[in-house]
Amino acid sequence: MRFSIYRYNPETDTAPTMQTMELADADVTPDMMLLEALRLLKAHDESLTFRHSCGEGVCGSDAMNINGRNGLACITPLVGLTQPITLRPLPGMPVIRDLVVDLSQFYHQYRSIKPYLVVHDPEPETEYLQSPQERDKLDGLYECILCGCCSTACPSFWWNPDKFRGPAALLQAYRFIADSRDQATAERLDALEGPYRLFRCHTVMNCVDVCPKGLNPTKAIGQIKKIMLKHLI
Amino acid sequence: MHGVNHMTIPIRKFDTLVIGAGGGGLRAALQLAQADANVAVVSKVFPTRSHTVAAQGGMNAALANVLPDNWHWHMYDTVKGGDFLGDQDAIEYMCHAAPRLVVELEHIGVPFSRLDNGKIYQRPFGGQSQNFGGAQAARTCAAADRTGHAILHALYQQNIRAKTHFFDEYFAIDLIKDDEGYILGALVLEIETGEPLIIQAKTTLIATGGAGQLFRTNTNARINTGDGMAMALRAGIPVQDMEFFQFHPTGIAGKGMLISEAVRGEGGYLVNGNGERFMERYAPNAKDLASRDVVSRAVATEIHEGRGCGVNKDHILLKVDHLGSEVIRKRLPGIRDMVMTFLNIDPIDAPIPIFPTAHYTMGGIPTNRFGQVVVPQQQGAEEPVPGLYAVGECACVSVHGANRLGGNSLLDIVVFGRAAGNHIIEYLKENRYSRVASQCSIDAAVAHLARWDQRGSPMGSGASSETVDGLRNELKAIMDHYCGVFRTEDVLRAGLDKMLKIEQRLQNVYLRDHSKVFNTARIEAFELENLVELALATVASALARRESRGAHMRMDHPQRDDVKWLKHSLFFKGGMLDYKPVRMKPLTVEGFSPKPRVY
Repeated sequence: MRFSIYRYNPETDTAPTMQTMELADADVTPDMMLLEALRLLKAHDESLTFRHSCGEGVCGSDAMNINGRNGLACITPLVGLTQPITLRPLPGMPVIRDLVVDLSQFYHQYRSIKPYLVVHDPEPETEYLQSPQERDKLDGLYECILCGCCSTACPSFWWNPDKFRGPAALLQAYRFIADSRDQATAERLDALEGPYRLFRCHTVMNCVDVCPKGLNPTKAIGQIKKIMLKHLI
Repeated sequence: MHGVNHMTIPIRKFDTLVIGAGGGGLRAALQLAQADANVAVVSKVFPTRSHTVAAQGGMNAALANVLPDNWHWHMYDTVKGGDFLGDQDAIEYMCHAAPRLVVELEHIGVPFSRLDNGKIYQRPFGGQSQNFGGAQAARTCAAADRTGHAILHALYQQNIRAKTHFFDEYFAIDLIKDDEGYILGALVLEIETGEPLIIQAKTTLIATGGAGQLFRTNTNARINTGDGMAMALRAGIPVQDMEFFQFHPTGIAGKGMLISEAVRGEGGYLVNGNGERFMERYAPNAKDLASRDVVSRAVATEIHEGRGCGVNKDHILLKVDHLGSEVIRKRLPGIRDMVMTFLNIDPIDAPIPIFPTAHYTMGGIPTNRFGQVVVPQQQGAEEPVPGLYAVGECACVSVHGANRLGGNSLLDIVVFGRAAGNHIIEYLKENRYSRVASQCSIDAAVAHLARWDQRGSPMGSGASSETVDGLRNELKAIMDHYCGVFRTEDVLRAGLDKMLKIEQRLQNVYLRDHSKVFNTARIEAFELENLVELALATVASALARRESRGAHMRMDHPQRDDVKWLKHSLFFKGGMLDYKPVRMKPLTVEGFSPKPRVY
């Protein structure tokens, strides 16, 4: 099985190169995920560098660009990938080394939407009541694993990573707006006004296409816009 | 790092250093940040990538939202689940605090699933009973089957709000201390740059999680290499009860990913190759919801005796298709995703092949119920190490005893994360001034850091062919084979011999990649050192304990022996073992005396 992998070590390389690497067919099993293949390649060349941890698609560490499309290596089956399997770091982010990118900008945008529940009323001694229907509204929102696949597939985020919040952060902004317990909707909407933070989304929908958890940031962004409009009227 | 003079290592100073950003570390950090302590959290991964994120089924608390419940019943179940090895003061404290702490998590935003009346959804889990061993209880508070994810993200979010200082992607090498034995922070390595940093702190909390990577087939993330426990060992602190390692009955066969107990809590059950619901034979009352050690042994026994499923009769089936699409989609969406991804099976239509899989480290750094690390000293068996705390899977309070109940792990990290935070706040009031770290403790940490800068002899002149990857694979195979679900003296002794050889051979391993920037090969080498320390602790403790209790099953000593073995093991670096009594006296209620454990 053939791979073409983006290699860049800032200590020794002046420019990145694509390196051909190979795994013996005997080492590849039919149900193998890409991450296992990367681990085998690293056993041969320990300098090959990538992040990974849970191996089951919940920690969000091993996001990368796989044959031109962002995804998680640990839940991408090798079967069905055209060879050579071309692996690049997530697009648009500064590369630290090989497949490892600097996600500071991405995390900054996440933090800037104030991703925490805000309640002004005094706390009751029991849980806040929330109907199953109200809770259902959080499904498809709270499951985000912050892997970065969506924001780094978004042309608007590539052009304005400092100004446009990006699909991942906006999905979380809506997660709190949609929460029946949250009491900061007006502040949250105000903070998204202006031409960039929210409105740079041009519904290209790359985010929806690549999300490894099957979430839909474009829809969430649309919902925020709708609520904004209602608040205006 | 070659020849780096430690005088040039930068120093940062904080009130508290928290090592590890899972639920335990983040809950403690939140408590501290909200009390305006200056707290630094060091984590080798970005916080939401910590392994708490993978916890599925839920968190136990006697809220009684679904069925009658009481914290005292929860306490009884936990003591019995741990086969009477748990410390009952800590267990009472945890079970009593549980309802309040679940409500607190709900208030900070955790999206728990809901009942029709708007309260938190609770499901039945293994080992739960009403009224001290009566009917099944429903005590596990859940956010679908992504409870750990929901809790970890909410805790991280609250820490963002509280402006906790995070050192993301820093790897802790070793603790540093002063001449009087006060722990004063740690030497850490910034992974991105490869540069060392000394984080000096008046108090240090270890919250680095478990060591599931000791075993080849495990449910754990790659990062679960027991770094904090190994760091404690190197600082002269023992690890407690390491022979008790939980094998979860339902890992995906051959792969290891966790299939939550929630599947059985929602009504799933196990069948063998004859289509029989065999758990009725092993646990007539609790059946599939007996405690995990009991179910794991039953599954292993069925397969061992030729009643497995499939062509090779090498697994058992977890039947769920009778639950219906609605329940599976609503309550077990993450499990369904995972099974479809890794097995190409939709559990709505077909059963899931499972096998017992290494899951949870019951043992760890000995602490009291305030999270203080305690060691035997002249004055007694449990003297606090000044300035040092530990919580969560890396600690041994011990609330889980010889076997943890499902749903008690998320509870443990939140309860003791908070308790440790509170105790640290008090400690800081009485210890306002920084102490000075001893030179030799810094020297030792710096020497350890330099270990992987060593280069092997040039090729051809006796160059070692040993690699980190090769040795790690051998270590895991040894642990699987010699320290698994069923153990005997001979097998454990052979396993210990093999592990001692691995320890020797580790001296001959050298890295080929010596670059500084994001050198994951170097991190994996440090992790392997940690695994070797803990594998030795686990096998040696298991070899010494000649009884069967909870998860530790000795075929040659099949009975529990409360006369000789109702005590905690303490393993010290170098191989010495010591023991200390179990705390049988709770805080306010009567203690539960050991009795036969039947489910």
